[in-house]
Amino acid sequence: MEVFQKLWSDIVKLIAEDGSRYLDGAWSTILLAVVATAAGCLIGFICGVIQTIPQSKSDSVFKKVILTVVKAVVRVYVEVFRGTPMILQAVFIFYGVPYFTSALSGGPVNLDMNLAAYLVVSINTGAYMAETVRGGILSIDPGQTEGAQAIGMNHVQTMLNVIIPQTMRNIMPQIGNNLIINIKDTSVMFIIGYTELFAVHKGIVGANYLYFPSAVVTMAVYLFMTVVCSVILRAIENKMDGPANYDVKTTDTLAQTSGTYNFPSRKAKGGKRS
Amino acid sequence: MSEQILKISHLSKSFGKNEVLKDIDFSVNKGDVTSIIGASGSGKSTLLRCINLLETPSSGEIIYHGKNILESTKGIPEYRSHVGMVFQSFNLFNNMTVLQNCMVGQTKVLKRKKSEAKEIALKYLEKVGMLPYIDAKPRQISGGQKQRVAIARALAMNPEILLFDEPTSALDPEMVGEVLQVMKQLADEGMTMLVVTHEMAFARDVSNHVVYMNDGIICEEGTPDEVFGNPQKQETKDFLARFRNE
Ligand SMILES: Nc1ncnc2c1ncn2[C@@H]1O[C@H](COP(=O)(O)OP(=O)(O)O)[C@@H](O)[C@H]1O
Ligand SMILES: [Mg+2]
Repeated sequence: MEVFQKLWSDIVKLIAEDGSRYLDGAWSTILLAVVATAAGCLIGFICGVIQTIPQSKSDSVFKKVILTVVKAVVRVYVEVFRGTPMILQAVFIFYGVPYFTSALSGGPVNLDMNLAAYLVVSINTGAYMAETVRGGILSIDPGQTEGAQAIGMNHVQTMLNVIIPQTMRNIMPQIGNNLIINIKDTSVMFIIGYTELFAVHKGIVGANYLYFPSAVVTMAVYLFMTVVCSVILRAIENKMDGPANYDVKTTDTLAQTSGTYNFPSRKAKGGKRS
Repeated sequence: MSEQILKISHLSKSFGKNEVLKDIDFSVNKGDVTSIIGASGSGKSTLLRCINLLETPSSGEIIYHGKNILESTKGIPEYRSHVGMVFQSFNLFNNMTVLQNCMVGQTKVLKRKKSEAKEIALKYLEKVGMLPYIDAKPRQISGGQKQRVAIARALAMNPEILLFDEPTSALDPEMVGEVLQVMKQLADEGMTMLVVTHEMAFARDVSNHVVYMNDGIICEEGTPDEVFGNPQKQETKDFLARFRNE
């Protein structure tokens, strides 16, 4: 029991002395994770939509060439940033950008560390999201597109009004995953000196050697952040689904079976095709 | 003869080597209710899908008010907004309520004002008896109700022709009636309709023109009395006999 009392007193001491540093670290972490996930989603949607633009034989040569090139560029981007460690991408961009800008401007130009961190995590998330969005779009029933085309919507209108909103809803759990992964994985940004929560922990234990008690505090803070995010994301999903029931204004006069229908969500009968 | 809206001539469609439609010729006049009947796989759906360009015909012409719409891809969305389509599998937009389903095409494609679109949507939802359900999502209503919303969605675009592809085939038997009733009402009001159906009673009693398709060609066509009462081709006789025996 004594060991727990000691742990408790160490934790109390840590919080009393360095509580605000932990909070600052947590704030940097959450800010980076949220902003980069949002930016990553935007990148992902743009790339995912580009990759699912239909190509038809009747397109002009110009359109075909442009589309092929753009799709290839997106593909390379996705493969490179999904296929290499983020910690290495951070180093690559943090030192890579000045490497070229210095050569161009003649003097040493450093990339702002914060900017680099936001850039790397956004680009990395974007690469994952591009595949998620592409899969999400492909999983939408083609009947949705046909329904939209049949009332005269063009490709852009169909995407914006019908396909993307449904994709967005379907990939919300994946967006949540990415956010939570980012909350944790932004810790690798210590490599370029970005001080988020993990860097704070390292700094604190470097001075007082309370390795384990500080790890407990840091773990608890990470867990708190991820759980709160999970709860918020679930609430957003529920909001997107709308009310589970609807008001029936009067009775339906045409239906021969009387009463109202209320099918459990996501289990509505689909049509068979012949 | 009333005004000719649509004329299909020498229309063919192949999927790879499989020639699904062969040299189809027929026309639709204003106010016509044409039923297309035929066995599964005979190309009925493909014909409808070619007419509103969900499939691109391999050759032939689709002449809409004297203009071949296959000449350029430019006017396709506009043409489609004049030719409504009701699908076997409803294809209502799952992310929208019943009311939104009937408004989105009007505001985005026809550029109607929201208030105007809502008024028109409500008018047609009332016509199909779905006014009580305007706030429901598609997953919350039955198949028959979905199909009636799909009809209202198509009507709200004020189309010149409505295409129906087996509108009752995915429905439980007790819901078939409510959809057919709406379709009959539309026919009585003079809507021009092209209906692929296995409901022989509808084809015989409601339509004024029946087309029997077999193996990608129009095997026989005529008034319901001609086709049902006195079929000329052996294939037509065999097909109809199968239905009588059911
Ligand atoms: N997208 C497609 N690709 C290849 N073959 C198709 C496609 N759509 C339909 N077919 C073929 O075309 C034929 C006619 O199909 P369809 O028009 O759906 O017939 P129906 O509606 O009369 O049952 C069938 O043999 C079907 O396999
Ligand atoms: Mg069919």
